[in-house]
Amino acid sequence: MTSHEWPLFEVFVRAKRGLNHVHVGSLRAADHEMALHHARDLYTRRNEGVSIWVVRSDAVVASDPAAKESFFEPSGDKAYRHPTHYAIPDSVPHI
Amino acid sequence: MTVISTFDEAIARDQRIEPADEMPEGYRKTMIRQIAQHAHSEIIGMQPEGEWITRAPTLRRKAILLAKVQDEAGHGLYLYSAAETLGADRGDLTRRLIEGRQKYSSIFNYPTLSFADVGVIGWLVDGAAICNQVPLCRSSYGPYARAMIRICKEESFHQRQGYELLMTMMRGTDEQRAMVQDAVDRWWWPSLMMFGPPDAESPNTAQSMAWKIKRHTNDELRQRFVDMSVPQAAALGVTLPDPQLRWNAARGHHDFGEPDWAELKRVISGDGPMNEQRIRRRREADTDGAWVREAAAAHAAKGMS
Amino acid sequence: MAFDDAYDALTDHEDDARWAYGTGFSDPLAGVPGDLPDGVDREDLAAYCLMLGDDALILSHRLQQWITRAPELEDELALANIGLDLLGQARLLLTRAGAAEGRGRDEDALAMRREVAEFRNVRLAERGDDDFAHLVARLCAFSVWRLELLQQLTGSRDPMLAAIAAKGVKEVTYHRDYAAQWVVRLGDGTGVSRQRMAAAVDALTPVLGELFQPHPVETRLAAEGVAVDPAGLRATFDDIWAYVLTTATLDPAAAPAVTSSTGAPAGGRDGVHGPELGEILDEMQGLARSVPGGAW
Repeated sequence: MTSHEWPLFEVFVRAKRGLNHVHVGSLRAADHEMALHHARDLYTRRNEGVSIWVVRSDAVVASDPAAKESFFEPSGDKAYRHPTHYAIPDSVPHI
Repeated sequence: MTVISTFDEAIARDQRIEPADEMPEGYRKTMIRQIAQHAHSEIIGMQPEGEWITRAPTLRRKAILLAKVQDEAGHGLYLYSAAETLGADRGDLTRRLIEGRQKYSSIFNYPTLSFADVGVIGWLVDGAAICNQVPLCRSSYGPYARAMIRICKEESFHQRQGYELLMTMMRGTDEQRAMVQDAVDRWWWPSLMMFGPPDAESPNTAQSMAWKIKRHTNDELRQRFVDMSVPQAAALGVTLPDPQLRWNAARGHHDFGEPDWAELKRVISGDGPMNEQRIRRRREADTDGAWVREAAAAHAAKGMS
Repeated sequence: MAFDDAYDALTDHEDDARWAYGTGFSDPLAGVPGDLPDGVDREDLAAYCLMLGDDALILSHRLQQWITRAPELEDELALANIGLDLLGQARLLLTRAGAAEGRGRDEDALAMRREVAEFRNVRLAERGDDDFAHLVARLCAFSVWRLELLQQLTGSRDPMLAAIAAKGVKEVTYHRDYAAQWVVRLGDGTGVSRQRMAAAVDALTPVLGELFQPHPVETRLAAEGVAVDPAGLRATFDDIWAYVLTTATLDPAAAPAVTSSTGAPAGGRDGVHGPELGEILDEMQGLARSVPGGAW
């Protein structure tokens, strides 16, 4: 297998002020400046963004999908963290 | 819970499969192959229309065409990006393309003989591509489905610009109307072939549908495309080159003639009018660019950027 | 899924939040008055708009020729973006030229129906590229020069030219950055790329001088506060060009000596072009001219 000369970068775009950066995909670039240029040309052709992050894909640390039961399910039964857990009569305003 | 049952359960519940999930090796290989072929098609698909950018007859058409061909490069990249989430490497996929080890859509092996071809490609070829691609927005592999959503949104201008160009040309001179009809005559049958072989001869369809990679069979999509195109052709004032094409009230669909499947096989296996030229151009761009890519990598390695 | 309209499935898709989508588009010239400024010669203004418009149109053509040939796919996108920006500038400037001369010629009449000697672009815009190093060297020099020119032009007494320039400044700032980064990467890359980059910079020598050579139209309009005197761009150009070459570890002394402003030979601004422009026009104008009365 011949691998690409340039490393892979993940791209995150903030669509407008007030929103989080959102992952939109990846691209190949030799360096960070090039990755930003490429991200701008590839992912914001239609006025999609006001800010871009790029990060080398091999720098992303991901949770282990095989461990998702132990990692995520324990938070699933803590209903008392949610406002709907508490019964308040409709007649009480502003709560 | 075993690994496979997790995958099967996700498929059964119409959940998306995401990159790090464990998945059957057959699914991974099928996805990589399908996404790569789709990406290759976008990149090779730049060439037939790209040849007309510098020759476009007005500056507005030039800008539209340049933006459209640019989108195709972008769509190829979204798709390569999706393939790379499965562990494929774009450099390797490009090798496979230029060495003829991976295929791309047969439609791009036909030549663009006049500027009307730009319009007909937008109308029919992009129209057929949209029929194929819209169901893929719900493909089971998450990154592929998301890439397809973005591609379909962006391509909504591609078909409209083509049809608008044809409408304008049909209001022009007799010579222009003849150009449009000639282009329709040449592209109609290849467009029908874009949906692939008939279902009876499409051995992979069943597995792809079970995995929810595909959502409709080739013949279902082809029928839909014919039904959509007939009134559009009438509004344009062109004739579709199929004497068997007629409305069948009992079926609620148009009947139409059989594409030349032998031709499809020939073109897919490398014997189309433009196969060699298309691959040669892509190979030359890759080869001629090697020193540039190596230089950028060398510069980055110096840590000066 | 609904299938009657191919786009139905897209309109209410939950996955939308995963992507950033484009929002509205604006007309950069909205509300800008189209009247000609007082006391300005129409023919001069038309000629000046053609000069700047042809620069953009012809260099855009050279960039279009790279499509499907770029060294990497991401650069296809970049070169197309730059080509589209320049094409957009050309369309605005040719339209302004047509309005100024007042003979009913629109952007297409001016782009498709003029002969070689009627084109006013600098020769830097028309030359061919031997390789990617030639492309980025030329694009870098052109963008450094044009950015300085457009920045000064934003103060033009012609509100339309000022607005076109303001739009162009944003675009060309990016073009310059893109091209300069490539000059640096190739100059300071491998032995091969360094050699190619140095050769590309050398090859620019014959066509840089005329960038700073004022044409009588420019001189007259500059005195009226409408145009930019290109002689005044030279100092900034030299500084930035030398900075880019130095960063690229190339010899800034290799930057071409710019010819003096007196007694320079006629150039692109006078309609004197190399054989390359004839080839460009054959390609660009052939179809438009071959279908009389065609509607596109």
